[in-house]
Order: sequence, then structure tokens, then C-alpha cells
Amino acid sequence: MARPSLLLAASTAEPSPPTKISAQGISAWYGPIRALENVCLEIPSNRVTALIGPSGCGKTTFLRCLNRLNDTIPGARVTGTIRLDGVDIMGQYIDVAELRTRVGMVFQKPNPFPKSVFENVAYGPRIHGLAHSRAELSVIVESALRHAGLWDEVKDRLASPGTALSGGQQQRLCIARAIATQPEVLLMDEPAAALDPIATSLIEALIDDLRESYTIVVVTHSMQQAARISQHTAFLDHGRLVEVGETTEIFSTPREKQTEDYITGKIG
Amino acid sequence: MTSLPPPDVRRDARRRRRRAVDVWLRRLGAGAVVFALGLAGLMLTAIIVASLPALTQTTVRVDFEIDPTLVSATDPAAGDFRAIVARGAAALFPDAPPAEASAAQRILTPAATRILRQEVLRNPDLIGRRLALAVPAAGPYDQLARDHVDRQAPETRRQLDDADIARFDRLTADGRVARSLNFGLLFNGDSRFPEVAGLAGAITGSAMALAICLAICLPIGIATAILMVEFAPRNRLTVVIEANVNNLAAVPPILYGLLGLAVFITCFGLPRSSPLVAGMVLALMTLPTVVIATSLALRRVPMAIREAGFAVGASRYQVVLHHVLPLALPGILTGAIAAISQALGEAAPLLLIGMNAFVTSVPHGVTEAATTLPTQILLWSESPQPGFVARAAAAILVLLASLVALNGIAVLLRHRAERRR
Ligand SMILES: Nc1ncnc2c1ncn2[C@@H]1O[C@H](COP(=O)(O)OP(=O)(O)O)[C@@H](O)[C@H]1O
Ligand SMILES: [Mg+2]
Repeated sequence: MARPSLLLAASTAEPSPPTKISAQGISAWYGPIRALENVCLEIPSNRVTALIGPSGCGKTTFLRCLNRLNDTIPGARVTGTIRLDGVDIMGQYIDVAELRTRVGMVFQKPNPFPKSVFENVAYGPRIHGLAHSRAELSVIVESALRHAGLWDEVKDRLASPGTALSGGQQQRLCIARAIATQPEVLLMDEPAAALDPIATSLIEALIDDLRESYTIVVVTHSMQQAARISQHTAFLDHGRLVEVGETTEIFSTPREKQTEDYITGKIG
Repeated sequence: MTSLPPPDVRRDARRRRRRAVDVWLRRLGAGAVVFALGLAGLMLTAIIVASLPALTQTTVRVDFEIDPTLVSATDPAAGDFRAIVARGAAALFPDAPPAEASAAQRILTPAATRILRQEVLRNPDLIGRRLALAVPAAGPYDQLARDHVDRQAPETRRQLDDADIARFDRLTADGRVARSLNFGLLFNGDSRFPEVAGLAGAITGSAMALAICLAICLPIGIATAILMVEFAPRNRLTVVIEANVNNLAAVPPILYGLLGLAVFITCFGLPRSSPLVAGMVLALMTLPTVVIATSLALRRVPMAIREAGFAVGASRYQVVLHHVLPLALPGILTGAIAAISQALGEAAPLLLIGMNAFVTSVPHGVTEAATTLPTQILLWSESPQPGFVARAAAAILVLLASLVALNGIAVLLRHRAERRR
């Protein structure tokens, strides 16, 4: 399907905004199952990049490559190179704990620690020694909760368990927990998949706010959501990257037939 | 062609059948519960009834003259307490001929000399004074006092002849015979004489062995499970190891006794019959229980919690220590409860390492000879004297009570751990 935008799209893939993460030739296996095949993706700084694609295509797997979380899965294997600010993070000698403070993550299902709201947010800064006193820690926690748009709702119940919050509040608590270690990148795996429409719109607005301070990679199965919140979109299918580009272009003038079919709801 | 019944009739029939099955299942369940409770109640009742004679003690009040010529104040330990007891017993029947003095003394427990000696040594001011002491009656007289002796039976068929019975009746009439709570059961050591035999040695031995057992099996068992579940890669080796831990839990406990005998006593030369070796053997025996309970508890902790920890940059040990272990704690405590129950109640392996020795002293250290509650129960229940059989039943009650108490503590801890999450 030859379109004039082919050339144009190729040129927009050039980093007009600086590249934060550059993934080259990423392949991933779970035991014998291949989940990703030679994925190459540039993630621009301070923008929202959406990963879309049918269920099981490897979106989560790719996201978890970016903070080396697949390391924790027995039998999982990842090859390729991923550079964060030009530094390879795939090496054996990379301090993954430090990497994960720079690349925070929010999961599909809210998973607050079964501890107090305060402890949930304070945990990361505490184990990394980001605060030198109780007062400093409180400041960090408050600022993270404010950034996550949760402060007003929980400021009177910081000591109550984080698991007692509503689903949407739990997810924003998880966002607060992720940004409390002052990361540069925020990975979000279908952050609104388990939420009702109102909580979803809150999260979406929040993502838009956070874009100023963080580079965000968000997985979503909702085309509308991808269109609403992202500037960059990558379409994955069967572990392969099919197409990547400006969100507006992907949705208006997709280059690949596969992408068009998916966006218009013919597959997936 | 037969016509089908209308759909609502079929649905009614199905609903009725479903309800009938429901009712039957519920009745079956209720029946099983009643049966189990009844059996437990029956057992407990039987033990309590059997132990009743051991819970009280027949005593005879005797006035002992602590004669300074027999017990000197400078060296009371060397005193002739035997003579004092003999005189005290004879004085119970002032008008009887001296030839009957030894018969009078047989009413008292043979341990009377030791009891009196202890009493005077503890309180030397008694020398030169008169001491009224409630002395336990000897076994046959205890039976007599409880009407367990058939007075109509021919004299040759009973332990006490008519004169013995008459003498005891005389004491009863004098108001010297009493029945009191048998605190000696808890505070005395073992003895050849049931009327003064107690569980202090067995309780101390069991407590020491249990403490050593838990001190070994909890840290090692929990650490093993953590290593297996949280750190070891899942490969063929770890799978084999895990399967073998499960097999170890099914090994008959007596084999651990053989192992303890061969390794700890024969090889390492540790003392036989000691709570130290008992604790080590029980630790080996309970280790698989702790490992299995802990690894189950660890595996029940959701993966999402671990990932949440990893995602904020916690290391594996931080994730385990800060997030997984607190959540697994109730399950680990359940394992500890199982270990305590197993260790406290098991006799078979302890028999092999000599925990059924006859030891009258209460152990002061873990290397001294001692018995434990279950082995003491076996010892006593094998004894022909009726007093010991009742004491064996009472010892079972003590064992049950300690189990309930210890498990109560563990359940309380578990409850607190559960509330904290
Ligand atoms: N822990 C795992 N073990 C084995 N296979 C997995 C695991 N996680 C994901 N997979 C497989 O990898 C493929 C990609 O999964 P995933 O990245 O979760 O897809 P998506 O997030 O796009 O739905 C799927 O086929 C899935 O079954
Ligand atoms: Mg997914």
C-alpha cells in the first residue's frame, strides 16, 4: 500500500525530540515461547508513547524489558540492546535496583503493598536513602501523592491500609509510589484496565500532567485512549513491531494494512 | 413418539433433586462433625476419669519430734531421719505393742524419710521442736482410702490384711487421714513410689528439648524454604530436593531416633537420655514440616507484591524481608504450631535415645539425664502399681494442656500477624 506518507513517516521517526530510550533488536522468550521478535523502538523524551496491539502480542513483555523486570521471571530471556540516555542497560553488571529507581512502573492490576498509604509511597525513597529524616520523607511522600492527584483524598488517612482504597485510588497510589523515587521514565501497563470510566479519565488526565516531568510509556488496549493520551504510538503484533510514529499519523494514515485493520476494529 | 413433559415440570424436578442432594450433603457433614466431636469428647472424658485418682493425694498427719540428739543443728544433713520417722509412725498408735511399729510405718510412703529430711534442711529452726507433717500414704493405703480395696475378699488375696485395715481405720477415726490436691504431681521428680512420683523432671526435660528443637528447626527450616522458593533457580535439582523434603515428612519418626542414636550419641558422643540430643532429634523430625509449611506460605504470597517491590528497586532480599515474609508469617506460624505439636507429643524416636530412663532428679542442664512427657507417660503406664496408671493419665492431661497452651500462644501470634497485613 504505497502512500505518500511513507517517506514522511520515515523522516518523523528521526528524533526530533531527543530519544530517552532506544531499544534495538529486542527478542524475548519465556522458556521456549518467543514473545518478542527483533523489536526496534525509539522512545522520545517527555512524551507519552503508547504501545498498542492485540492481547498477547508482547506489549507487557516489551515494557518489562525496559526496567529489566523480566529478570525476575524464571526462564525468561531477553536479547538485544536497550540504551537509556545512551547507556546500555542490558549488561550483566548494571545495577538493576538503581535502574528501576530511574524507570518506575505501574502495573495493570493495582498492587499496593498491604501496608499503610504512607508506607506504600515512603518505601522506595526509604530503601534508597533518598530522605535523611522523617520530615524529609514526609515531604517526599506528600509531593508524590500530590503529583499523583491523590493527596486531597488520602491526607487524613495516611495510616490506613493502602489496600482499603478504591480501585482508582489504589492505582494512583501505585503511581505515587512509582514517582516517589524520582524516576525519569514511567512505564504503565494498561493502568486503567481495571478501573471504571471516571477513575479512567482521572488517570488519563494525570498521565497528561505527568508528561511534563517524565518520559511515559503506556500500554493500552483502547484505541481511543491511545489517541487521547499519547503523542507517539507503536503497534505490535505477534511479538513484532508493525508500525511506529506520531499518534495522529498512525490513527489517520497508517502505513500498514495490519495497523489499519486493527485500528478500525477488524482484528484484535 | 413420546411427548416431552413441559419445561417447567422438568425444571421443578431438577430443582427438587438438587435440593435433596444439598440436604443430604449437609446431613452427612453434620454427622461427621458430631461423630468427630463425640469421639474427642469420649477420649477426653476417659482420660480425665482415669486420671482423677492421681489429682488428689491421701495424706496422714504425723507428729515428728525433731530430736536434737538424732539431728544435730550443726550438721542437720547427717541426721538420722529414719529413726525420727519410725518414732513418729509408732506414736500414731501409742497403745500398740512395739512389735507393730514397722507395720505402722508401712502406712506412710517409704519416701517419708526424704520428705522429712528436705523439710528440716529447708528450715533448721525445726530442730528440737515438733513438726506436724501431712505425709502421703503408701500406695496400698491410698487405694484403701479410696475404697478401691475389697474388704470382704479373703486376706490372702489382698495386699493389706485385716489388722492393716483396722489400723488405717483407726487413723481415719482419729482425723489424721485427709485428701488434698496432689501438687506433687507437678513439682516432684519421678519416684519408685507412685504416691510421691511427679512430672517435674519430665516437664523440664520436655521444655528443654522443645526449646532446643524449635531453636534449630525454625531458623533452619524457614531459611531453607526461603532459599528454595525465593532464591534457588527452578531446575531439576531444586525439584528433586523439594520432592525429597516432602518425602522426609513421611518418614516414620522412629527412624529419626535411630539416626540420633547413630550420629549424635555414638558418633559425636553426646550424652544419652539428655534433652540436648532429644531436642536435636526432634528438630530433624520437625524440619520437613517447617520447610513445607513455610514454602507453601511463601508461594501463596501473590507475585504482584514481589513485582511491586522489584519495580521500586528493592533487591531480592529486601523484597523477601520487607514484603514476602510478613505476608507469609501466619502460614509460617501454622507450621510452627504443627512442629510444636509433633515435637511435644512424639515418644518413639526418644525411646531410642534413652529418654525413658528412670531419673528421679529434675535436670538442671540440657546434658543431664531426663525424661520427657510422652516417654514418662509410657514409663508410668507400663508400671503395675495402680497409682502409676492414674498418674500416666494425669500426665497425658498435662501434655494436652501444654499443647493447648503453646498452640494458643502461636495462634495468638498468628492472629496478630494476620491483623497487621
Ligand atoms: N510469565 C510468562 N510465562 C510464559 N509465557 C508468558 C509469560 N508472560 C507472557 N507470556 C506469553 O508471552 C506472550 C506475550 O505476552 P504479553 O507480553 O503479556 O502480551 P500482552 O501484554 O501484549 O497481552 C503471550 O503469548 C504470553 O502468553
Ligand atoms: Mg499485558
